[in-house]
Order: sequence, then C-alpha cells, then structure tokens
Amino acid sequence: MRPESAGETGSLARLRHLPQFQSYALGQAYDEMFDERGVTREHYAALYERLGAVDPQELRQRQTAADLAFLHQGITFTVYGQNEGTERIFPYDLIPRILTAGEWDTIERGLTQRITALNLFLKDLYGDAKVLDDGVVPRELVYSCRHFRREMQGVAVRHDIYVSVAGTDLVRLPDGSFAVLEDNLRVPSGVSYMLTNRQVIKRIFPLLFSSYDVRPVDHYGQSLLATLRALAPAHRPDPTIVLLTPGVFNSAYFEHTFLARQMGIALVEGRDLFVHDNIVYMRTTAGPQRVDVIYRRVDDDFIDPLAFRADSTLGVPGLFNAYRSGNVALTNAIGTGVADDKALYVYVPKLIKYYLGQDPILANIETWQMSKDRERQHVLDRLDEVVVKAVGESGGYGMLIGPHSTAAQRDEFRRAILTDPRNYIAQPTLALSAAPCFVDGRVEPRHVDLRPYILSGEQVVIVPGGLTRVALKKGSLVVNSSQGGGSKDTWVLHANAASRPGASPAGGL
Amino acid sequence: MLSRVADSLYWMSRYLERAEHTARLVNVNLNLTLDRAPADAARHWGRLLASLPDPPSWQIRATPDVVERATVDLANRESIAACVGAARENARQVREEISSEMWEEINRLYLAVQKRQPVDSEWTAGTHEFLSATINGVHQIQGVTDATMTHGEGWHYIELGRYLERASATAALLDVQFREAPPDAGGLPGVSEFVEWVGLLKSCCAFEAYCRHYTADVRPQRIAEFLVLNPEFPRSIHFAAARVQAALRAIAGLTGRTNGRSERLAGRLLASLDYGQIDEIMGELPSYLQGIVRQAALINSAVHQQYIAYPIDIGLA
Repeated sequence: MRPESAGETGSLARLRHLPQFQSYALGQAYDEMFDERGVTREHYAALYERLGAVDPQELRQRQTAADLAFLHQGITFTVYGQNEGTERIFPYDLIPRILTAGEWDTIERGLTQRITALNLFLKDLYGDAKVLDDGVVPRELVYSCRHFRREMQGVAVRHDIYVSVAGTDLVRLPDGSFAVLEDNLRVPSGVSYMLTNRQVIKRIFPLLFSSYDVRPVDHYGQSLLATLRALAPAHRPDPTIVLLTPGVFNSAYFEHTFLARQMGIALVEGRDLFVHDNIVYMRTTAGPQRVDVIYRRVDDDFIDPLAFRADSTLGVPGLFNAYRSGNVALTNAIGTGVADDKALYVYVPKLIKYYLGQDPILANIETWQMSKDRERQHVLDRLDEVVVKAVGESGGYGMLIGPHSTAAQRDEFRRAILTDPRNYIAQPTLALSAAPCFVDGRVEPRHVDLRPYILSGEQVVIVPGGLTRVALKKGSLVVNSSQGGGSKDTWVLHANAASRPGASPAGGL
Repeated sequence: MLSRVADSLYWMSRYLERAEHTARLVNVNLNLTLDRAPADAARHWGRLLASLPDPPSWQIRATPDVVERATVDLANRESIAACVGAARENARQVREEISSEMWEEINRLYLAVQKRQPVDSEWTAGTHEFLSATINGVHQIQGVTDATMTHGEGWHYIELGRYLERASATAALLDVQFREAPPDAGGLPGVSEFVEWVGLLKSCCAFEAYCRHYTADVRPQRIAEFLVLNPEFPRSIHFAAARVQAALRAIAGLTGRTNGRSERLAGRLLASLDYGQIDEIMGELPSYLQGIVRQAALINSAVHQQYIAYPIDIGLA
C-alpha cells in the first residue's frame, strides 16, 4: 500500500480549516476520525472541535507533562540488545482513540467466541485429541510446533481453562471491520499501559475526558484477581496467589510490579520459591509459606529446569511435578503456545466452527502457509508485496515487511523460507487503520492496532478498552514497542451516549 | 513478607543513609578545607574517607579529587551516585511493596543524581547544590516513607537498615576523628582544632543540638558524650541503637520468631549504651567505638541468617 500518496482529493480542503490539521492526509487505510469524504465521524466530532480550539503550544506542554509523568513514575520498559538495563519510556500519544459501543460489542462477542473455542481446543488437544483424529488440524502441524508440550498430555487443568489471560491483536481493515492479526496466549503484556494511559489522560485532558461518556477500565486488577482465585485447587479455600516474574531485567518488569500492587499479591522470582514433597512454598521472613496459584510471567521453557530447559535460572526446580499433582495452579497453563502458533492461526475459524458450531464473528487475515507448495510459490513470487513472519516469534522480531524491505533482506528471507518452510507464514501487507496523533505541533494520521485483554476464569471478562499501539514513524506499519512504536489511550463509549458537549461549556481540554 | 523483599528494603534504606552521610561529610569538610594548604587538606580528606565502609584505595592529592570520587564517580562503589543507584535498584525490586509516592521520590533523586553524569566543567561550581539536593532528597524519601507506608514489617526493615547504618557510620567517624586528635581530657581546644570539632558536629548535623545542650562551649569529651550516649538526639549512637532494637523486636513479634540471635545482640548493644558513662568510655574510646562497628556487623549477619537465608529444613520443621 502507499500510505502517503493517496487521498489528495478535493475533500481534504474541508479538513484544513483547522490549522492543526493542515498536513492531515487521508490514505487508503480506514481513518478512525474522518470518513472517506473527509467528514469527521460523529463520535470524534467533540474531540475535533476541542483540538481545533487549543493552541498547539499548549498541546506541546501537555505532551511534555505526560512524558514527565511517565518518567517520574518509572513507567519504563527495558530495551534488549543495547546496554544492559537501558530503560525507556513507552512513547505516549495524547490524542485518544475512540470506539463506539456498537464497535465494541462486536469485538467483545468475537473475542469471547474465539477464546472459548481456543480453550476447548487446548483441552481436546492435551486430552483425547479428537480434533486431530477428525482431521480438522493436521497432526504434523501440531507435533512440529515448538510450543506443543507432550508433558501436558493428560494433565488435569482446573475448570479446563488453559488460557486465562489473553491479549489478542486486532487490526481494522479498509472497510472498517475488525480482524484478528494474532492471538497472544502465552504471557501477553501491555495491560499496565492500558491502565496508566488512562490515569495520565485524566490528568492531562480532564475536561475532554468528562465530556465523553467513557467506560472505565480501572477494575482490571480486581477482575484478574477474581480470575486467578477461581483457578485455585478446590481444597484450598483461601488461596495464596503470587505473580512470578523473571526479574528486574525483564522488559515488562514494570508491569509485573504494577499488577502485583494492583492486586495486593506477592511478586516473586524463581529464587523465592521452592518445592518440597510436590508442594510449592515461598521463602518468607516468617518461614516457608505455601503457594496455591501462580500467575506466571515466565515462558514455558524457563519455568522449571528439571522439566524444561535445564540451564534456566529463572524457574523453580520441581514446579512442573507440583503442578501435575494438582497442588498448585499455573496460569496460563503450560503448553498454550501451540494455540497461538502463527501457523495454527489459519485453522482458528475452523476450530470455532468445529467446537461451537458458529461462524467466526471476527475474521482472520488471509494467511499463506509456507509449508504448502502452491502458497509458498505464490509468496516467493511477490516477496516485495507481502509480510513474512516467523511462526514462533513475537514482539515484531523475525518479520519481513515486503514493501519496506531491501533486496538483501528479501534474499535472506527467501533462503530461510526454503530451508524451513514450516517456520514461516505470509500475509498481504495490510492497510492498518490510521488514527490522529500529535506530531511536531500538528495532528497527523498514524497506523494503529488494538490489543484488548481477555480474562477467562469462571466466565469470560473483557475490560472495555485495550492498548492501542501506534506506529509513530510516518508510513510505518510496525507498532511494537521494541520497534519504535508508541501507545495511546483507548476510549470505549457507553451505549446511547453521544458526546456530552454541554458538560464543559468552555470547550477546553 | 518475602525474604528477598525484606532484604531489598533493608539495603535500600542502608544505601540511602550512606548516601546522605557521605554527602554531609563532604559538604561540611569542603568548607573546612578551603583555607588549608593542599597537602594538609589531602591528609584531612584521607582521614575522613577512611571512616567510610569501603575506604578508598586511590591517592588523594587535592580537594577536587575527593569531591569527584566521593560524589559522582560510579566506579567508586561508595560514591553518592553509586549509593543512590543501588538504593533505587533495590527499590525497583520491591516496587509493589513500597508506596508509589516513595518510589517517585527515590526515582526523582536518582534522576537528579544521574543528570550529573558525566562530570562536566561546571561541576565544581554546583557541588554544594548537588550535595544539599542529595541530603534533601533523602530526607524527603524518609518523610514520605513514614507518611505513606504502612508501619508494618516492611517499614521495620527500613528502620533497621537506616539506624544500623547510622550507628555504624557515626561510630567509625568518631573513631578516626578522636584517634587523629587525642583530646586533653576535658580541656578547651585551640582555634584550629575548634574548627575541626565543630566540623565533626556538623557532619552529624549536631552542632545546633549540641549548643542547645551544652552551650557553644565545644569540648571533645562532651562531643563524644553527645554523639555516643545522648538518648534523644536522632543521630547519636544511643538513639540509633534503640531504634534498631525496637525494629528487631517488632519484626520478631510479627514473624513469631522471638528470642533470636539478632534481638539478643541488639539488646546487649543498647544496654551497654543505656548504662554507659562517658568518663569510663573516654579511657578506651577507640576500642569502644570499634566494638560498636563490630556489633553492628554482627547484627547485620544475624538478621541475614535468621530471616533471609535460613536453611529450608529448619523452616519446614
């Protein structure tokens, strides 16, 4: 796609009556704020008016205030591959992304349907594996997946909930519909930014915020705690719940401390825990204390050096056996990565049909599997047009974006695909929707995605909102924080609540 | 409370106290050495820095050497910048245990100290501001800690760290000062020594409090009495030992581990100060002060063995 070239039509003139919007160009992508004629969408009207009424200099000051707030609170992430322990703030854009109640309703139903099917799939796969016998998913695809854990075969999982915390990446297509880009079913991160973005925007734009009827997200911590509590072994009525972090050098360490504080549970590292007679204890000043539920933010590979990678120092020796004995709950369960493998992604619509007998509410993105000869040839013929992804990677690593790639990069991926086809998939380069962002004193469109957070315990709970990630570089399609992306607050409006311009007659922010 | 968390809170607090102590020491003595010959000043600094927990091995030639090494040089583990960095690192490991307000203050101090990296030419001009900012920053952190954190087990580890560090640092400082300039029993010091003794009091933030207690009549023995035995002055060894003992008793009560070795050691130290007399102590002051430093180290390791790194089989029994 050509993000900058398109959209130079007469309708743009209408946009330009506000100086802040002078360089705002509509591309081929869906624009969150303006329709294709350049008319402001109804739910963005109040925001548009208010932005126009404010001096750009003041916007700049508010941006600085927001950045300082993040820095002083130490809301940072660690960048790998540079000096060890380099801390950065996650770039933050002031202008909120707004979703109507109707849009959210579709998202909520679609995600609930999807997580329900995926949990049924995992239960089946690690149980009788009927789904393989019925040929819905190819056996070799599952068995060749790096994240499939044979060790989990026949292990009882409480309430059959394998994935209790998921973060699903959605993108908005040019026709305005949402589609699933990928499921994150292992240890999804970013929810702390959803919560802190909201706190910061309330401080920076109090009047604007109160003029919209925004559904709250602040109860995420309680919902997560309730979800974890529901997973405790049945014979432990007053469970001790902990959050297991890899430690202070992990890029999401801030989030781990944040969530532990929100829930009032202990934040533990592997070295704080030990296993005795298949029971997990933590070492406290008052002596060992039994642990019942572990919300683990450590990957499968590293969680128990006796069961998985022997060189791991982040895990707890013997933890997996304690888990198998039913003495402790782990969430997400071990082995959920098989269901968010990018090659399995292709089969999720079929799984929804197979387990629930329903059509998927949220579509998949068209995906070519490199293990299939015809699809591979199709992709190799047009590497400069498509996006290629390694199936086991996440965070924007191991990815080729055809239109923005060099010949050398394409050759490298061509060789890699031919060497190990199972490890790659390809998708068309998507025109991710664009939302207004504050750039250098102007408002300009930037590409965004959306990651809502899904909790499944006794029921599925999705806090209305999510993390809207922004590709801050002009024209860029990569939104990952490790690749120069930022974020903005996401507002989900109450049903039948148009904006309330009367709430603050001054029209300020 | 997790053992690791207790350990981090304790060390966070110790490092903050150490940063403040060093800042005050440098600040006061910068003034004192201004009107001295460089060689004399260097000897003076060498003596003072010998009282720090990890005495410097580098050669002191003149005042600017000291200032840079003791304040912003990260290669020196005991520099102010390194101590603040270590305190913040410990705080970061227990983010969920301390209040957000505390964290913001610690982070603010850290960012302010970091801004001095690398040392620039303007450095010498802004030294006093830097040192006062450090001292103020630590005071603010302490205030916010007392005002916003539950005074539960974790808070007691913070108290323990602060006062154990203080007792040990004050004893070490007094030790070098009195060894260098043996006082004539009770006599009045000459003019140049007078400045030194006032400097010692100021290093402990004690000059005004001393004057209120004894008037401005500065005598070494009274200084020793004030800084060792005064039960009400918050920077005296006696006061610090009392807080250490109180913190350990509270922790023992909260964890149900009473009559441990650390409590016994702290109680004994406090009793010796409770019933100590300055005229008896003066005769053997160096060994008395070194004894206090040693006892503080013993309490430190007893706490570690009792609450942090205890053997698992004992715990499960």
